[in-house]
Amino acid sequence: MSELRVSFIAICAARIRAELKSFFRQREAVVFTMGFPLILLVLFGSIFGSQDEIVPGTPFVNYFVAGMLGASIMTSSFQNLAITIAMERDAGLLKRLRGTPMPKSAFFIGKIGVVTVVSVCSLFLMLACGVLFFDLELPVDAKHWAVFAMVYVLGITACTLCGIAFSSVPKNGQSAPAMVSPIAIVLQFISGVFFVYSEVPSWLQNIGAVFPLKWMCQGLRYAFLPDGAKVREVTGGWELSRIALVLGVWIVLGLLWSLRSFRWRNRADG
Amino acid sequence: MYTQSATIDDVTAVDVAGLTKSYRSKTATTKAVDGLDLRIEIGEIFALLGPNGAGKSTAIEILEGYRNRDSGEVTVLGVDPEKGDAGWRARIGIVLQSTKDLTELTVVESLATFASFYPRPRPIDEVLDLVGLTDHPNQRGSQLSGGLRRRLDVGLGIVGRPELLFLDEPTTGFDPEARRHFWSMIEGLRAEGTTILLTTHYLDEAEALADRVGVINNGNLIALDTPRGLGGRGTALATVSYRNANGQLVEIETATPTQVVRELAAANPGELSELKVTRPSLEDTYLAMIGLEMIGRERE
Repeated sequence: MSELRVSFIAICAARIRAELKSFFRQREAVVFTMGFPLILLVLFGSIFGSQDEIVPGTPFVNYFVAGMLGASIMTSSFQNLAITIAMERDAGLLKRLRGTPMPKSAFFIGKIGVVTVVSVCSLFLMLACGVLFFDLELPVDAKHWAVFAMVYVLGITACTLCGIAFSSVPKNGQSAPAMVSPIAIVLQFISGVFFVYSEVPSWLQNIGAVFPLKWMCQGLRYAFLPDGAKVREVTGGWELSRIALVLGVWIVLGLLWSLRSFRWRNRADG
Repeated sequence: MYTQSATIDDVTAVDVAGLTKSYRSKTATTKAVDGLDLRIEIGEIFALLGPNGAGKSTAIEILEGYRNRDSGEVTVLGVDPEKGDAGWRARIGIVLQSTKDLTELTVVESLATFASFYPRPRPIDEVLDLVGLTDHPNQRGSQLSGGLRRRLDVGLGIVGRPELLFLDEPTTGFDPEARRHFWSMIEGLRAEGTTILLTTHYLDEAEALADRVGVINNGNLIALDTPRGLGGRGTALATVSYRNANGQLVEIETATPTQVVRELAAANPGELSELKVTRPSLEDTYLAMIGLEMIGRERE
């Protein structure tokens, strides 16, 4: 009998195609993941628009837009995966896939594919919105673009791994949105998205500083705000290497956590 | 990636000896499978029957590689399912019980995605034709009725041309016509040499399709035979019944029903009302068997 080979690349391509089709055909998922951050951006951006400046010449809305970019990275990855994987596990998709010769890694590559496409689309829409309506200035030079890229890559990796891991926490698919969304919303309040981070009570700052979102937002502020705005940071500096370090630690934690917790079957199925 | 290993002709499709599996909760230990022995030959269609909770699903999930066993020897296509790799998985097909996934993809998209996992998949058109979905190729999973969804499940199970196909209650929700169509599909797979392990609650289905049936209860095989021979059906007495002139139902148990009918005909020149010759159906035999087991269990 001749040896027949299966192409890993073809399997991954098929998984990514299936993931993208499934995502973009689910209107609720698209609205929730891509529309909601955009609506918040326009809504709060308009409300905060004429309010005070964080430093002379830089209105708070720029601070807010940078934070919302961080929030949208988290929504596209952490929230999206924690909810959809929990639902797919409940519906039996994961168990079905596990019964085929598909390599396990192809499932996760499919998820990475959808997260990448969704987050890039989302960031593009948010940036366009920020530039068009709220006078957001794009990163001024290559170094600022590079930090933007670094925060995106490290942040989305950490949040993707945590989302995969967290999908095993809700008891079933139905309860997943109710467990995941509050975490994301609370983090946005204490990580420097809706409010200036240095102005929230210090005990909340400390909680926020444990999680990746705070550091992602801080890095994005470096990329999108004038250098003088760093006086509004807690330490008076951008702490770029600490941002990389904390996000790196979360990547390791997220990887270990998801390796430990990931299940292909729901709990009722043992 | 992986390569498909050559099929070794002299192995059995499924070989199980002394299989046990218990579930432990805080309060109790439940023996789901308790010393099961089973052999299924290559090319055979085997139906596993048994009430819910008898250990059927646990046993099958161990064979499918989903669950680990506590003890016993198990090989499926010559491989221990706990050590089954992608090459082994490419040789089996699994149709799980009721599913509700793949809602956003069309029938063709789902089949094409799964076809990419296998080294020699069936053409999608062939799968559509086999499972009777040629009229619904572009319908999304969420738009399919229960019966059509089930056909998609079966299609996903056979798209990789499995040597051994697990079918867990495949025709639940089918109308009678769809069931007949399904039966002829199974005959087609049999003709290709596919070994099939089927669980079903429809005993007519087991009778129509299976070469052998096994009845499982309390984690153990309590009967194993051809559908005709199960529980002594083949040699059981026939019942001749009719309604006499007074309107009373007369039943005669006999080993020679032809002779009884001949004598009745000679004695009654007119038509006999409601004349019937019956033998115990598979269902009667099965229920009697399970009923005895249940009573036995209560006595323990």
